[in-house]
Amino acid sequence: MSTTDATLTSKDFSSDQDVRWCPGCGDYTILKQVQNVMPELGIPKENVVFVAGIGCSSRFPYYMNTYGMHTIHGRGPAIASGLKISRPDLSVWLVTGDGDSLSIGGNHFIHVLRRNVDINILLFNNEIYGLTKGQYSPTSKEGSKTKSTPYGSLDHPFNPLSLALGADSGFVARAMDRDPKHMNTILHRAAEHKGTSFVEIYQNCIVFNDGTFDIYTDKTSRPSTALYLEHGKPLIFGEDNKKGIRLDGLKPEIVSLDEGYSAEDLWIHDERDHIKSYLLSRFFAVGNQDGFPRPFGVLFEHKRATYEEQVASQMAYAKQKNGEPDLARLLSGDETWVVV
Amino acid sequence: MSVKEATRNSATIRFAGDSGDGMQLTGSQFTNTTALAGNDLSTLPDFPAEIRAPAGTVAGVSGFQIHFGSKPIHAPGDMCDVLVVMNAAALKANIKHLKTGGVIIANVDGFGKKDLNLAKYGPEADPLAEVSTMGYTVVPVDVTKMTRESLADSGLTVKEIDRSKNMFVLGIVYWLFNRSLDPTINFLRDKFSKNPQVAEANVKALQDGYNFGAATQIFTERFTVEPARIAPGTYRNITGNEATVIGLTAAAHKSGIPMFLGSYPITPASDILHGLAKMKHFNVITYQAEDEIAAITSAIGASFGGSLGVTSSSGPGIALKTEAIALATIYELPLVIINVQRAGPSTGMPTKTEQADLLQAVYGRAGECPVVVVAPKSPADCFNSIYEACKIATDYMIPVMFLSDGYIANGAEPWRFPTPDDLAPIHVQFAKPKMNGEDAAFKPYTRNENLARPWAIPGTKGLEHRIGGIEKEHETGNISYDPDNHHFMTQMRENKRNKVADMLPLIEMEEGDTSGDLLVVGWGSTFGSIKEAVQELNEEGHKVSQIHLRHLAPFPKNLEELLRSFRSILIPEINNGQLIKLIRDKYLIDAKGYNQVRGVPFSVEELKRAILSQLNQHGGRS
Repeated sequence: MSTTDATLTSKDFSSDQDVRWCPGCGDYTILKQVQNVMPELGIPKENVVFVAGIGCSSRFPYYMNTYGMHTIHGRGPAIASGLKISRPDLSVWLVTGDGDSLSIGGNHFIHVLRRNVDINILLFNNEIYGLTKGQYSPTSKEGSKTKSTPYGSLDHPFNPLSLALGADSGFVARAMDRDPKHMNTILHRAAEHKGTSFVEIYQNCIVFNDGTFDIYTDKTSRPSTALYLEHGKPLIFGEDNKKGIRLDGLKPEIVSLDEGYSAEDLWIHDERDHIKSYLLSRFFAVGNQDGFPRPFGVLFEHKRATYEEQVASQMAYAKQKNGEPDLARLLSGDETWVVV
Repeated sequence: MSVKEATRNSATIRFAGDSGDGMQLTGSQFTNTTALAGNDLSTLPDFPAEIRAPAGTVAGVSGFQIHFGSKPIHAPGDMCDVLVVMNAAALKANIKHLKTGGVIIANVDGFGKKDLNLAKYGPEADPLAEVSTMGYTVVPVDVTKMTRESLADSGLTVKEIDRSKNMFVLGIVYWLFNRSLDPTINFLRDKFSKNPQVAEANVKALQDGYNFGAATQIFTERFTVEPARIAPGTYRNITGNEATVIGLTAAAHKSGIPMFLGSYPITPASDILHGLAKMKHFNVITYQAEDEIAAITSAIGASFGGSLGVTSSSGPGIALKTEAIALATIYELPLVIINVQRAGPSTGMPTKTEQADLLQAVYGRAGECPVVVVAPKSPADCFNSIYEACKIATDYMIPVMFLSDGYIANGAEPWRFPTPDDLAPIHVQFAKPKMNGEDAAFKPYTRNENLARPWAIPGTKGLEHRIGGIEKEHETGNISYDPDNHHFMTQMRENKRNKVADMLPLIEMEEGDTSGDLLVVGWGSTFGSIKEAVQELNEEGHKVSQIHLRHLAPFPKNLEELLRSFRSILIPEINNGQLIKLIRDKYLIDAKGYNQVRGVPFSVEELKRAILSQLNQHGGRS
């Protein structure tokens, strides 16, 4: 992509529309980081399109001074797919929420991942329906008491990263609203990945589900509950980085680095290892009850041909095989007769 | 006894057999040969939805009817002159379609004990003997046995040989109607080019069937149908779905922009997806989406990017797309939505025809959501109608619904095809990039003389803008909840749709005078049957006029004037009365309906009765 607009700043990516999320909403920091990252990508802003479905997060395109499409509930992946397949030159971003992409749009979500259309998906997960004022979502914990579940929800929640890996997503990552610096890195990685990039972002809904991710995002508890992944580095977490995770066969276990284990004994994160990435996605116990921290960072990256590249090469093959399009021949077909 | 050579000005043949007997192929081959022989024709494929219903049962019977002649032909024929039946079930299901005194060519091997049992004839029944006492001429042929003898040296297995039975029968029918074998021989050699053994076996079966007809004197008469006296020009044979594919491709080519078809397989529309998938060299992308909603929304995404977005489906799929049609309407992006209607509601009868989605097309969305609606009147007319739909969509930045149906989608007729130069230009102009120093913000909802907004596609410098399903402010396109603005934009979208009438041709009479006692008004695939019925009545001394509407929303500008020029209006439709509701609503005219919802096209005879009854009751001179 062209890098001619090196002089752009984050301000250039901010539209003239008033941002209308609730004060203190986690969406603000995500918007800020996206606006920070955009000029650093070196893509002319007229080549950038933000697509969104419906929900609080999906107002996002209105606030970006790029091309944008606010669409209908859950269908963002399909709209973005049609756009990107027909216009591979564009940088296409999809902003969505847990209800938009995992409930009403679940079908489109898994299909865009398996096809590997080169779009960047940012899923703002707040485990609640915000715009409709507080019903449980497909990521809400079992037993969640919400407006629509006064006796507690019965639904078992989705694990978005396991779902994405199951759909053969080529890039799977997690970030959090309260660690903008880390989010910035992950957004860069997502933008650079060719193929569908999926980033789940833990985002606090201050009105309807305040504090649901505090255990991972709060600076005091974060060291022992959040595991920051880095490719080629051992899995270390905990206060003073004293805990590690090693693999006993396929069974992860937590060890103490003070008690006879060193970094060499630990599980070394390999973003290209599909199976181990899946194991990481299963660190998902509510409130870390099993002691395993919640992973953040890039769980998995695998490069395979993008859908639109394959479409383009089939188009090129068909053009080569059939030669110049001949409309007269198409109209007449092979067999004609003359009436005089 | 020698065979009498007779000339006829038209004939109708119906091929019927088990779903696995290849009757659709047999029928389409006869159609193609007949077209190349210069006859005018109309066809009606009639097949079950099941791919392979239980063999030998009535439910599994597949039929194909063709009406051809040396005179203009508009409908597939109410009743047939010749009925070809491959088994007992085919006879049972189709005898009702045979004219009194008609000929039955029967494969007697399909009338064994087991076949009779499967067709639910009694154990002692002899249906062929029975029908011959009813005034039909039965020509029994040992098709299976003779095909096996014919191909004994082919090196094929008996199972493979039996697959050529339909070609043996086709050969007989070609002899009976004095047809050349060459088009089908060419077709077989091409179709089986990778398997010459099978190709030659089929060719031999076809030739031996023809020779059998010539040698055995099983027929007393042989017929010739001379080439038709229709408008001079070069013709080809075409089905509605084929014409739709070619029309879309031509529109893509003439507009100079790529086309993007998002589609999900559904009967009877899937052939449009299949056909367009072969048009990649014409810059057509086809995308088989995960569902109907993704099919249309991917097309909308492509339209935003500067392609002409198209989606193809049938009624139940269109129902799923309605929210997205509304999105495209408020976006004001070009979009072509193809509905090949089938009998509903719900799954209904997927392979049977109906016209019951008109109100869905015009009104079937939440909110005030005006789209343009066009309907082709015949297989060949699908070309003109879909081409025009593409032009309207891009000229007016609006979704256009194209209402074909199962009958014309699969039916065939000769088409006097145009040259590329004959086609109206489709001018697509994207909004120009902003010049350096130009400061004012781009306004995506300003309008031109068509009330169309600019098509500003991503990648254009300085035109960055956001569109959405939320109501937008006039001109700026920003979100707006202002009451006056919403009223204004609602009227604007309605006015823009209605303005399309400015470019529509005025309605021309199909038959009769521009005023009088009775005007018959049709739309869509009923055209041919209505035309034949009106023509015949006028030839019989009655006075009936006919118009046929391609444009259902908006209506052409002279519709009201025409309607008011007649004492009485009759609107035949294959639904419970939908166009009639639109016309009564808009013009307060007391039109009468003739409505049948049987999954089949109107017969000419029933229309004649309906028109006569209307003439006598309301429009007849005293």
